[in-house]
Amino acid sequence: MLCDLPAHELTRLLKARQVSALEILEDSLKRIDQVDGRPGTLTPGEITAEDQCKVHAFITLTAERARAQAQAVDDKIAAGEDPGALAGAPVTIKDIFTVAGVPSTAASRILANFIAPYSATPVVRMEQAGALVLGKVNLDEFTYGSSTESSAFQPSTRNPWNTERVPGGSSGGSAAAVAAGEGALSLGTDTAGSIRQPAAFCGVVGMKPTYGRVSRYGLIAFGSSLDCPGPLARNVRDAAQMLQVIAGRDRRDSTSANRPVEDYLAGLEGGVKGLRIGLSPDYFRITFPDPANGEYIQQPLPQEIEAAVLRAAQVYASLGAEIVEDVPMPNTRYGIPAYFVISRVEAASNLHRYDGVKYGYRTPKPQTDLRQLYRASRAEGFGRQPKLRILMGMYVSAAQYSAQYYQRALRVRTLIRSDFEQAFDSANPRRIDLLLTPTTPTTAFPMGAVYGDSVLMQYADQLTVPANHAGTPGLSIPAGLAADGLPLGIQLLGADFSEALLLRAARAYEAATASQPSEGYKKK
Amino acid sequence: MTKYEAVIGLETHIQLNTTSKIFCVCKADSWNDPPNTNICPVCTGLPGVLPVLNQRVVEKALLLAVAMHAEIQPESYFDRKNYFYPDLPKGYQITQYDRPIALGGWLDVPVPASPAGGAYIRRVGIAKLHMEEDAGKTRNAGHLRQIDFNRCGVPLIEMVTNPDLRTAAEAAQYLTRLRQLLRWIGVSEADMEKGHLRCDANVSIRPAGSQVLNPKTEIKNVNAIDAVREAIEKEFERQVREVEAGHRIEAWTLDWDEEAQVLRKMRSKETEADYRYFREPDLLPVCLTQAQIDAAAQEMPERPLDRRARFMETYQLPEYDAEILTAERQLSDFFEAAATAYGDEPKKVSNWMMNEVLRMLNEQGLTAGELRLQPAHLAEIIQLVDDGAVNAATGKALLAKVQQSGRSPAQVVADEGLARVSDDSAIRAVVEAVLSESPKEVESYRAGKVTLIGWFVGQVMRRMGGKADPALARSILEELLR
Ligand SMILES: [Zn+2]
Repeated sequence: MLCDLPAHELTRLLKARQVSALEILEDSLKRIDQVDGRPGTLTPGEITAEDQCKVHAFITLTAERARAQAQAVDDKIAAGEDPGALAGAPVTIKDIFTVAGVPSTAASRILANFIAPYSATPVVRMEQAGALVLGKVNLDEFTYGSSTESSAFQPSTRNPWNTERVPGGSSGGSAAAVAAGEGALSLGTDTAGSIRQPAAFCGVVGMKPTYGRVSRYGLIAFGSSLDCPGPLARNVRDAAQMLQVIAGRDRRDSTSANRPVEDYLAGLEGGVKGLRIGLSPDYFRITFPDPANGEYIQQPLPQEIEAAVLRAAQVYASLGAEIVEDVPMPNTRYGIPAYFVISRVEAASNLHRYDGVKYGYRTPKPQTDLRQLYRASRAEGFGRQPKLRILMGMYVSAAQYSAQYYQRALRVRTLIRSDFEQAFDSANPRRIDLLLTPTTPTTAFPMGAVYGDSVLMQYADQLTVPANHAGTPGLSIPAGLAADGLPLGIQLLGADFSEALLLRAARAYEAATASQPSEGYKKK
Repeated sequence: MTKYEAVIGLETHIQLNTTSKIFCVCKADSWNDPPNTNICPVCTGLPGVLPVLNQRVVEKALLLAVAMHAEIQPESYFDRKNYFYPDLPKGYQITQYDRPIALGGWLDVPVPASPAGGAYIRRVGIAKLHMEEDAGKTRNAGHLRQIDFNRCGVPLIEMVTNPDLRTAAEAAQYLTRLRQLLRWIGVSEADMEKGHLRCDANVSIRPAGSQVLNPKTEIKNVNAIDAVREAIEKEFERQVREVEAGHRIEAWTLDWDEEAQVLRKMRSKETEADYRYFREPDLLPVCLTQAQIDAAAQEMPERPLDRRARFMETYQLPEYDAEILTAERQLSDFFEAAATAYGDEPKKVSNWMMNEVLRMLNEQGLTAGELRLQPAHLAEIIQLVDDGAVNAATGKALLAKVQQSGRSPAQVVADEGLARVSDDSAIRAVVEAVLSESPKEVESYRAGKVTLIGWFVGQVMRRMGGKADPALARSILEELLR
């Protein structure tokens, strides 16, 4: 089916007039109809056996809007005009971005009825490039989670590889929609790994660009200093093409980078010869404090996760890269605690505006007191995850605790950043160009297994969150299947604005492993 | 009996006169606009939108910092001040906190002589100066609360003084001088009635001469300079009464009720909220280059008090004249240009300014910069009077005609035949007519009532439309009445 083709292939066929945008769209809608099941709603009733074998990526399907876009693309082609770099590519948007005139729910009851009068900048850029926006896809409520299960819109998304498993999160709907062939591309966000982790769980490519490379305008904020919009795609070229379209300065976002956007496609096939690719022992174990006594416990990663990374290292070595072992990234272990503090302080503040008065959910029960109206609306409108984040965020930012937690977390963040700066420092004789790591400590976990145990779920982000602290780019690419039949992901991390290099290295691995599995890299 | 002195610090909020708001492109000034008409997704805090700093706000803050002799910080930050309030749509205010754009500085405030003592200068230290956004307005209408978001995102400078003021009169003088300076450098309209300049006063007392700082109360919601003076005076007296009665002063926040002219307790300070300040992640640090700081210093005009001193020195003006002529920058520019054009006797120019030009400004509701009458025109008119080409009354009338028409004084004189009549025969003819028509007065004069000469001169002047040379008219009258 057309919907299984790469986006760049669809655009090529379209420009060659071998297929129309409307045909591509109808094919995608047919796929959605076949696999997605009912969309998430606030009143799901019972989750049936049938529900349990569907993907449920969508919250809002915008078929008519997409038809108008497809028609416009076809008209442009008929008129001999350039239909754009993403012409005819069926795409989905994580429902944390605003799309003008379409509900933007953040997967929360409190915004279920919110329709923004403006579109997020990356959405605008994709639409201008001829993409067909199929709709808004599910996520953890306000992106707070790693499984998409905390969405107020149920049934929540399931992993297309095995619908008993979670798709990951918070961009779970995005990753699942791409993996299931519902839309070739998806726009996600990554605050601690929320693009890369679901990409790994669903066997797709997911990229977190450098902070500021893609505008946050229209992204409903979680941790404003960590949030990065980025692409999810089924192959590296599609991810590169999408990033090419959405990246770049936006005068509506002062934190967006001024620096020109590189050509991510030109050097994509350039290979990895001569690149120094690092492996770090700090990314082959999970380190976490014992809740009983605060002592750090080290737990090695499952064998097959480590093996997947070593296999990839061998592939790179055979392609001419130099593998640098034992790259020290000593502050990796502090990524999660620092993230807990920083993201919650920002989240609690970002959630202040939802008061049930100006827009969004308001308690239907009559209230006589304004404070009571706020309390009731927020108590009924927010789910458990936002509430936990508000509580913790308010606690650690209170005047008497701020120095102990928040200010300290900011210093830790600087240390994590310095790990990356040293590793990529050209003056360092052991400097590397890229760091190769696992994306996640496990494959996709069963539905319901860790929901509610938020600490364990958060440790699932330990290998991805350092790049959010550092503001540096990273991507996850599929690296085969684990024994449980679920996809494994490997992660490449680079220096600031090294997106072109990351994509080139990812493409090299993808091309080399397309046909045959390779032998494992033997650690020296 | 112990003599007490007040220890007063002022916290002022200054609304900058930028065209647009601090973080969006909405119109900043909503005076008389219907509620919620100058708003957008950014200033009403809709989900997903981001603030973008208006560079004009930084420029104006910088200029004010230079004017206050403050230390400008090459790097400053915005923070979030978190609290719930209906007119605060984001649930936090974006403000500078621990790293403001400027620290320190001072303003010299001349305090005029009073029954309590002679005139002196009070130097008021500035603790800090920072940029922030305003919140909206809440109005209670019965059981409803009505919110106007127009004011959300209006740019403010908060400027806090050290506790350097000692009397209510000094506090009032500080505000007067600050208002003058703000208008002078063009950063704010500084109209207290319109809320462009808002003031909270911290007041404590201590035995005169003591160096201790006692618990203070904070007076809020005062929106006129006289009210600030009145409120501080009342609070000073109250604190003295309390202390004399053996009571402790508690850190209250007081609300000034303008109608009743009394202070009311709003809340105890102990219950102050925790605002959970942290860096605003949506904005970059404000980085000022030395070139920008130098440019602001360059742009800084001569300050009003410096100009006042210079007017007294260079033009030998009395303090009274210098004060009035430097009340407003364009007026002082006008004077200086006219005095330069006129050449000598600046006091004569000052007299014309203070009497004629100021009256014209008041009557027409104009500022000096809006006049069609140019400084060179004023110099020319004074010169015409000096030369006897027109008499003083005609000179004054000329001012109005030049202002009305925009023509030069010489042109108006020529066009309207205003030149003074110094022609003996023309005046002589009118004098003869007046005398023949006033036999009774002539008789009285000749009988010895010589003071009537003034009345005769008046008659002649009236008939000649004021153009007669009065000295000549008088000598002809005296000759013919002999
Ligand atoms: Zn606005």
